Amino acid sequence: MTALHRFRSLTPEMAEIQSQMESHARSYGLDFFNTIFEVVDHDQLSAIAAYGGFPTRYPHWRFGMEYEQLSKGYSYGLQKIYELVINNDPCYAYLLGSNGITDHKLVMAHVYGHCDFFKNNAWFSHTNRKMIDEMANHGNRIRDYMDRFGVEEVETFIDACLSIEDLIDIYAPHIKRRDDKARYEFQDATEAEHDGPTATRFQAKSYMDAFVNPKKAMDAELEGKRKELEKKENFPSEPMRDVMLFMLENANLKPWQADVLTIIRDEAYYFAPQAQTKIMNEGWATYWHSTIMTKHGMADSDLICYADHCAGTLASSRTRLNPYKLGVELYRDIEDRWNRGAYGEEYEACDDYQAKRDWNKQTGLGRQKIFEVRRIHNDLTFIDEFLTLDFCRQHKLFSFGFNQDSGYYEIESREFEKVKQRLLFNLTNVGRPIIYVKDANYKNRGELFLEHRFSGVELQTNYAQDTLSNLYKLWKRPVHIETALEESKVILSYDGQEHSRTGDAKPTKSK
Amino acid sequence: MKIDRDASRFKQIVRGKIRENLRKYVTHGEMIGRKGNDLVSIPLPQLDVPHFRYGQNGRGGVGQGAGEEGQPVAAGDPDGEGGQGQAGSEAAPHVLEVDITLEELAAILGEELQLPRIEPKGKANIQQDKLRYTGVKRIGPESLRHKRRTYVEALKRQLSEGTYRPADPCVVPIKGDRRYRSWQHVPEPVANAVIIYMMDVSGSMTDEQKEIVRTESFWIDTWLRSQYQGLERRYIIHDASAKEVDENTFYHTRESGGTRISSAYKVCQDLLKANFDSAEWNIYCFQFSDGDNWGEDNRAALSMLKETLLPQSNLFCYGQVESPYGSGEFYRVLEEAFGSEHESLVLSEIENKEGIYESIKTFLGKGK
Repeated sequence: MTALHRFRSLTPEMAEIQSQMESHARSYGLDFFNTIFEVVDHDQLSAIAAYGGFPTRYPHWRFGMEYEQLSKGYSYGLQKIYELVINNDPCYAYLLGSNGITDHKLVMAHVYGHCDFFKNNAWFSHTNRKMIDEMANHGNRIRDYMDRFGVEEVETFIDACLSIEDLIDIYAPHIKRRDDKARYEFQDATEAEHDGPTATRFQAKSYMDAFVNPKKAMDAELEGKRKELEKKENFPSEPMRDVMLFMLENANLKPWQADVLTIIRDEAYYFAPQAQTKIMNEGWATYWHSTIMTKHGMADSDLICYADHCAGTLASSRTRLNPYKLGVELYRDIEDRWNRGAYGEEYEACDDYQAKRDWNKQTGLGRQKIFEVRRIHNDLTFIDEFLTLDFCRQHKLFSFGFNQDSGYYEIESREFEKVKQRLLFNLTNVGRPIIYVKDANYKNRGELFLEHRFSGVELQTNYAQDTLSNLYKLWKRPVHIETALEESKVILSYDGQEHSRTGDAKPTKSK
Repeated sequence: MKIDRDASRFKQIVRGKIRENLRKYVTHGEMIGRKGNDLVSIPLPQLDVPHFRYGQNGRGGVGQGAGEEGQPVAAGDPDGEGGQGQAGSEAAPHVLEVDITLEELAAILGEELQLPRIEPKGKANIQQDKLRYTGVKRIGPESLRHKRRTYVEALKRQLSEGTYRPADPCVVPIKGDRRYRSWQHVPEPVANAVIIYMMDVSGSMTDEQKEIVRTESFWIDTWLRSQYQGLERRYIIHDASAKEVDENTFYHTRESGGTRISSAYKVCQDLLKANFDSAEWNIYCFQFSDGDNWGEDNRAALSMLKETLLPQSNLFCYGQVESPYGSGEFYRVLEEAFGSEHESLVLSEIENKEGIYESIKTFLGKGK
C-alpha cells in the first residue's frame, strides 16, 4: 500500500502562517476537524486531483485520463489547481509547493473555510469521515480482484458500474425510504401456500358469528390484503430512485461483482454532497479567505498578488456561472440583509424602492444568519431561498438556452423568474436527469424498465444508448428506458444485440 | 507514482481506439492541421464513461454580464455535444483531444498496416561512436566528480561511524567517498534519408486531388521519420516545366498548361546529384500525378528513370490520383516498361480518399 506521508510537510515559515490562519479562523467561530497540510508539486497535485483527492484509490484508466488533462492544462498554463481539501477526519489539504507566500496564506484561510463547511453542513453529516482509510481499503479489494480475475475483466465491469454511478438517491442518507431489509428474510411459507388471501375469522358460536365476524369488516380486510398482494407482485413495489442499490440487490452478480458495485456506490454517495453544495462550499471558503486576508492576514507586499489571485478565481463568465463568485456574493448579500433587518413580511410588503434600499433596523444578525445558512442549506435550497430580484439585477444575471435554428446558445431572458427557474433546474438532482426503476419484470420476461421523469430537457440519445449497453452488462436481460424525444413519449431499448426505439416518434433501428 | 499505471493504461486504451479508427483517420486527414513539431492531437469522441445525461435540446444555463436578449453567448456543438452553462455541478463535457507523439502514431500505423521495418542501404552501416555517461566510478578526473553521490557516500560513512550529529549536520567527504561519472562508447549507426516529393500541378489536378496527396504524404512522412534519424524533404512541382519549391507552395500552387513529367525528373536528378549522393543517402521519391503526359515526353521520362532515378533510389513510388480530366495514361506506360514487380519502383492508383489507406500499404509495404 502506498503511504500517504510521502509528501513534504510544511516549512517552518509555512507552519507559522498555518498557526496564524488557524487561530484567525477559530476566532471567527469556524469549527473544523484537525487539518493536516501536505506540500506537493504540481505533478503530484494533478495526480491526487485525478484520483478525486485520494492517492490510494483503486486503479482505473479514467484517473489516468484525468491526470493527462490536468497536467497538460497546467503545463500549457491554462489552468492551475491551488489546493485540494479532503472531507475526512482529520481533514487533509494538499498545497501546491510552488505557490508564492501570499497564495499560501490565502489558500490556507480558504482551506479552513472548506473544513468548517465539511464538518458542519448538514448534507455532509452522513458521509464517512474515515474515507481515506475506506478508499485505501477499496483500492486493495479491487486490486485483489484484478489479480484474481484479470485486469480487463474487472475494468470492463467497473466501466459498466460507473455508467450508473449517478443513478443514486441523493436524499436517501437523510430519509428512511423503507424498512431495512432483514438480513435473513424468509417468505412466510403458510401464506404463500394459500391460493389467495383470506380474512381473519375469530372463533364464535354460529349464532354469534355474524356479530363477531361482521361481513363488512371481513370484506374490507380481504380487499386490503388483495391490494397488498398486488403491490407485492409489482417489482419493485414502488418506483425506485437508487438504481445502483436495486442492481446490487436484484441483479445476477457474482460476489466480486457485487462488491465492486458496492464500492462504486459508496464512493458515489460520499461524493454526492460535494456536487450538491459546490456554490455554497466554494462561496463559504471564499468568504472566509477574503475576510481573514483583508482584515488580518495581508502584509502590504501581499496586496498585488492577493488582488491578482482574487481577480482570477472570481472572474465571471457569460456562459458559466462562477460558483465562487455567486456563492460569496450571496453570502455577503445575506449578511447585509440580516444586518439591516431587510427580510420578513414587513420588508417584503414594502413597495417603496428607496425605503427598501435604505432599510436599516440595526438588527445585526448577519454573521449569525450566514452560519445558520451554511449549516442547513444545499445549493438548490440556497438559491431558492436567497436569490432575490435585486441580487439578480445587480449582478446582471441572465438565462440562456440553445437555439436550434441558429446553432448558438443565446440569451433568453433577464426576467428574474426565468433566470431563477433556469438556475434551479440546473441544480436539481445536481444537473442530472431523474431516473427510476419502474418495473424489473417488464413484459413478464425479467426485462428492466427505467423511467425518465421528463422535465423539459431531452436525454442525449447516443449517450443514453451507450448507457443502456452498460446497464445490460449488469442486468443481463434486455433493458429499456422511457423518456420523451421531440415532444412524444419513446422507449429506448437494448436487447444485447441491437438498439431500438419505439414510441410515437418514428421508430428506428440501429446496430 | 501510482498514477503512472493508470496513465499508461489510458494511453493503451487511446492507442486501441486510434487503431480501431485508423482507417477513418487515414482517409479523412483529420489530424494534419493538428500537427505540432512532434505531437499530433487527435479528437476522440466518447472516450468518457457514458451516463444518462441531458442533450443540447432545451439545455441552457445562467450567465453573468451585459447583452441583449437573443444575443448569442456561445456556439453550440455541431455534434450535439454542447453543455456550457452548468451552474455548478458538472464541467462542460467535450470531445476529448488526445496528444500522441508522431513516433507512437507511426508505430500504430506500422502495426496496423503491417509495414516491415526499413532496412537502410548497405553503406548505412557506417557507425559513429558516441559518448554516454552511464555510471559512477570510484576513480576519475575531478572535473567529472559527482557531487551528490559523493556526499551521499560521505553521509553513509559518517552515519555508520556514528560521527554524524543531526543537531549539527555537517558532512565532510574524504578521499574514499569521492565518486566520478563514468562513460561508455556507444556505437550509433548513421542513416540519413531524403524524401523527394514530385507533383503534377497542371490544370487537370484539382484541389481534391491535392488534398489526397497531402494526406498521403503526411502518413509517409510520419512513417519514414520513425525509421530514420535525420530526414530531409524536398518538393518539386511541374507542369510543362519544373522547379523546386517549399512545402507550402507545393500544396497551394495551381498552374495551367501542359504536362511534361521528364522536366520534374530532370530537376530531381540535378537535386540528387548536387546534394544527395546515393552512396550516403537513402533516397525516397514519391511522384503524384493524374497520369496525363505529353506523348512524346514519355520516352525521355522513362530513360531518365531507368538510367539514374531508379538505381539511385531506395524506392520510387508513383501514385496516380484519379482525376476527371486526366487520362491516367502514364501508369500503363510505367507498367509496360518496368512490369508491376519492379525492385524499387512501386505503382499505385488512388481512386479517392478511401484509396489512401491501401496505397500507403503498397508504397511502404516493401520495407526498403
